[in-house]
Amino acid sequence: MAKVITSKQAAEMIKPNDRLMIGGFLAVGAPELLIDELVKANVKDLHAIVIASDYENRGIGKLVANKQLKSAQVSHLGTNREIQAQMNAGEIKIELVPQGTLMERVRAAGAGLGGILTQTGLGTLAQEGKPVIEADGKLYILEKPIQADFALVRAFKADKLGNLIYNKTARNSNPIMAMAGNITIAEVDEIVEVGELNPEEVVTPGVFVDYLVKREA
Amino acid sequence: MDRNDKNYKRALIANRIAQELHDEDFVNLGIGLPTLVANYIPAGITVHFQSENGIMGVGSAPTPENQDEDLINAGGGHITALPGACYFDSATSFAIIRGGHLNMTVLGALQVDGKGNLANWMIPGKMVPGMGGAMDLVTGAKNVVVAMEHCDKHGNSKILKDCTLPLTAKGKVTLIVTDMALIRITEKGAVLEEIAAGLTVEEVLEHTEADLIVADNIKEFDV
Repeated sequence: MAKVITSKQAAEMIKPNDRLMIGGFLAVGAPELLIDELVKANVKDLHAIVIASDYENRGIGKLVANKQLKSAQVSHLGTNREIQAQMNAGEIKIELVPQGTLMERVRAAGAGLGGILTQTGLGTLAQEGKPVIEADGKLYILEKPIQADFALVRAFKADKLGNLIYNKTARNSNPIMAMAGNITIAEVDEIVEVGELNPEEVVTPGVFVDYLVKREA
Repeated sequence: MDRNDKNYKRALIANRIAQELHDEDFVNLGIGLPTLVANYIPAGITVHFQSENGIMGVGSAPTPENQDEDLINAGGGHITALPGACYFDSATSFAIIRGGHLNMTVLGALQVDGKGNLANWMIPGKMVPGMGGAMDLVTGAKNVVVAMEHCDKHGNSKILKDCTLPLTAKGKVTLIVTDMALIRITEKGAVLEEIAAGLTVEEVLEHTEADLIVADNIKEFDV
C-alpha cells in the first residue's frame, strides 16, 4: 500500500541538502502542490534533478525564485531568466545534461544499473571529464546514474497500491523519476480503490511509489 | 516577392525542406522556423510528427477554447493529438530519437560548418540556455537538417570552415537549407546542389565561408 499523506506532511520530510527529482516538462506534469508546500516550508540548499527550469512562476521556477536551490542537473534553462541570473552570479551550480542522457541516468539509478553508454555529446562539452568507452568498434560516453533522496512526481490517477496513470504529455519525466527516488511521492488528481485500474493501463507500477498526495478539487 | 522579407525567407526554407519528406516518415521539428515545415508537406503523403516531451502524432494548434493544459509540444505551445497519436515517457521519447527511429530532425543553428558540425546551444558568456534535447536529436536522427538564414544580422556567413562556438554534435548534419542555398554534406565535402531563385552561384559562394563543391547540374528552388 502507498500511504496517503497531505502535501504539508510530504514537504516536512524534505530537509536541506536533499536531492530531489521533480517531474514535469515546462511545468506541464509538474507536482505544483508539492512545490508550493516546499516554497511555504522554505527548505533551502536543495539539489534539483529536472528536465527544465520551467518558468519563474510555474513548476521548478518557483523554487528557483525563492532561492531554495543550491544546485541542479538540468537540460534546459532557456525559459527562466532568474535561474540564468543566479547561475551567472554563482548562486546556483548548474550541470547541463542532454535531455535523453538525463533520463537514462535517472532510469539507471532506478533500474539498478551502474551507468549507460551513449553517443550523445561525443566531441562536445557534454563529454568533458567522462570516460569514453569503445564497444563493438563504436565510441560511447559512460554516463553514471543520478540518485535522489526523493522523487516528486505528478500523475492523473492512482489506486491505493500506488499504481499510476498519467494524462497526455503530462507524463514526460514522471514515470522515469518515480522509479528512481529513494522515496517517491506522487501528487495525483484522484485516488481509486484497488482493482479499479485496468492492469493493462497502469504506467507506473505501485511498487515504485511510497506516498500519495491528493490534489483537492 | 521581396527577397529580404523575413516571412518570404522562412517560407522558402520551410517549403524546400518539406520536399525532402517521404510518405510515412517520422519527424521531429525544432522550435521556431523548423515548425513551419509542417505547413508545406507535399500533397498525397503522410508524415508523423514527434515532440520530444512525449507524443507521436502532433496535430495543429487548437483554438483557444480547445486548449488542454496537459497537451503541449516541446516549445511549450498548445497542440492537438491526431487520430492514432500516442503518448510516452521521456525515456521512451529519447529512445525513439537516439535509437535511429526518426527519419528526420529539423533544427535551427547559430553556426554550422562544411564538415557537418553544428553549434546551436550556447554562446559562452552570453547565452547559456542549455542543449535540451538537441544533442540527442542530432546524434540519433537519420537525417539532420539545419534550417536557418544563410548570414547573421551583420551579414556574416553562418556556414563556416570550422564552427567556433561549442558544438551540439560532431559531423552529424546531413543537409543545410537557407534563404540562399541547399547544401548537402557528403563524404566528399559540402556540396552546393541548389540556389534560391534569383541568385547566382557566385553570390552564394561570396556569402559562404565554408568551401563548397558546386554540383554540375545546379538547380533553383522557390516557394
